[in-house]
Amino acid sequence: MEEIKNYIESGILEMYVAGALSEKENREVYQMMLQHPEILQEVLEIESAVVKLTASVAPTDQITSFSTIRERLIDGGNNSKVISINKPKYNWVTYTGWAASIVLAGGLLWTLSLNKTLENDIKVAETQQELLETQIEKSKNSLTEAHTLISVLRDDNITQVPLAGQGNFASTYAKVYWDKTKQLIFLDAQGLPEPPEGKVYQVWSLTLAPLTPTSLGTIDSFTTDENKIFEIENANESEAFGITLEPAGGSETPTMEQLYTLGVVES
Amino acid sequence: MQLELLVEKFQQKDEKAFETLYNMYSESMHGVIFNIVRDNDIAQEVMQDVFIKAWHKADTYSSSKGRFFTWLLNISRNAAIDKTRSKAFKKSKQNLDSDFFVDILETNDSLDNKTDAIGIKKFVSKLAEKCKSVIELLYFKGYTQTEASETLNMPIGTIKTRNRNCIKELRNLVLN
Repeated sequence: MEEIKNYIESGILEMYVAGALSEKENREVYQMMLQHPEILQEVLEIESAVVKLTASVAPTDQITSFSTIRERLIDGGNNSKVISINKPKYNWVTYTGWAASIVLAGGLLWTLSLNKTLENDIKVAETQQELLETQIEKSKNSLTEAHTLISVLRDDNITQVPLAGQGNFASTYAKVYWDKTKQLIFLDAQGLPEPPEGKVYQVWSLTLAPLTPTSLGTIDSFTTDENKIFEIENANESEAFGITLEPAGGSETPTMEQLYTLGVVES
Repeated sequence: MQLELLVEKFQQKDEKAFETLYNMYSESMHGVIFNIVRDNDIAQEVMQDVFIKAWHKADTYSSSKGRFFTWLLNISRNAAIDKTRSKAFKKSKQNLDSDFFVDILETNDSLDNKTDAIGIKKFVSKLAEKCKSVIELLYFKGYTQTEASETLNMPIGTIKTRNRNCIKELRNLVLN
């Protein structure tokens, strides 16, 4: 018994618990423990005291529960790291994510406004295109008219009748190109002034003996027509052409005081 | 022997036994690891790693080689020291103060909530300077008796008896 007491008092058991012995010494202590219950009891008490001492160093505000360990075992988690519950969850990833969202939202808004602007631009462009198409159409018409006019001027069968200014309207003039076969006249009214509001020019075909006027119609589009050349049907055996200014809608007989131009067909 | 039975069951992958052992030793291991890494989040992480490792390497433990507690203690101290050698750790902790475990105990306010707080605080305040360093090196740092002898410049026999007396004092204060 003295031997065992000396063994215990040597301090080897404290070293044993600390893990400070060699492998050989560990096996020896283990054998002693199995043979002598008082040695085992001593080891248990030393161990218990050391467990309490080391545990007292641990901060108590954060204690990992076994459930955390169990979760990691289920995860197969040799590698997976468990993040402490108390750790702030807003790390740089979170902030970067928010920043990215804001940038994205800003980008979307910018794109939306850009889209709106572009849509407006398209509308403007469409309107401009329509305008240009109209102008092209007009030009085409003018060109066609010009071609027709040229062909009329070059045609031998066309009779030219210049209409001279009369009385107060001596400074005015006009010219009739008469295609007898097609029973058409082209009236070039370039030399006439714009008619006053509520008045129109009316074209007359005349026979001279006796003097009989036949209305060929009013020139309602005078103001809007650009080249002032008007195509008018004429099936009459005309001996002269005259133009008078009449109230809108025209008159049955010409108002002689308002006779602007007159010209006789040369036979 | 109840503890030995628990350890055996643990080695047979009995989760209930593992939980009991965890509850017995986790705080202790946390304390040892914290004393080395001096950062609670890191200490927690390392402590978890230690128990996971213990579970996976349970079959390598043999009671003939030493106490189960001592086995865990070795894994914990090695894991904590490995952690302090990692690049990330060195970056964040430029200068680890060389304070002993007693300094943690003296400034640890949360100790008041622990059952053995009064005894341990008394123990710490009464502890001789030589006692502090011996306990620090042997239990918290995992020095072998030869290494401790060299570091403290004392014969192994003297270290053993001194340590014996220190632990005796601790036992009187926390176990009675």
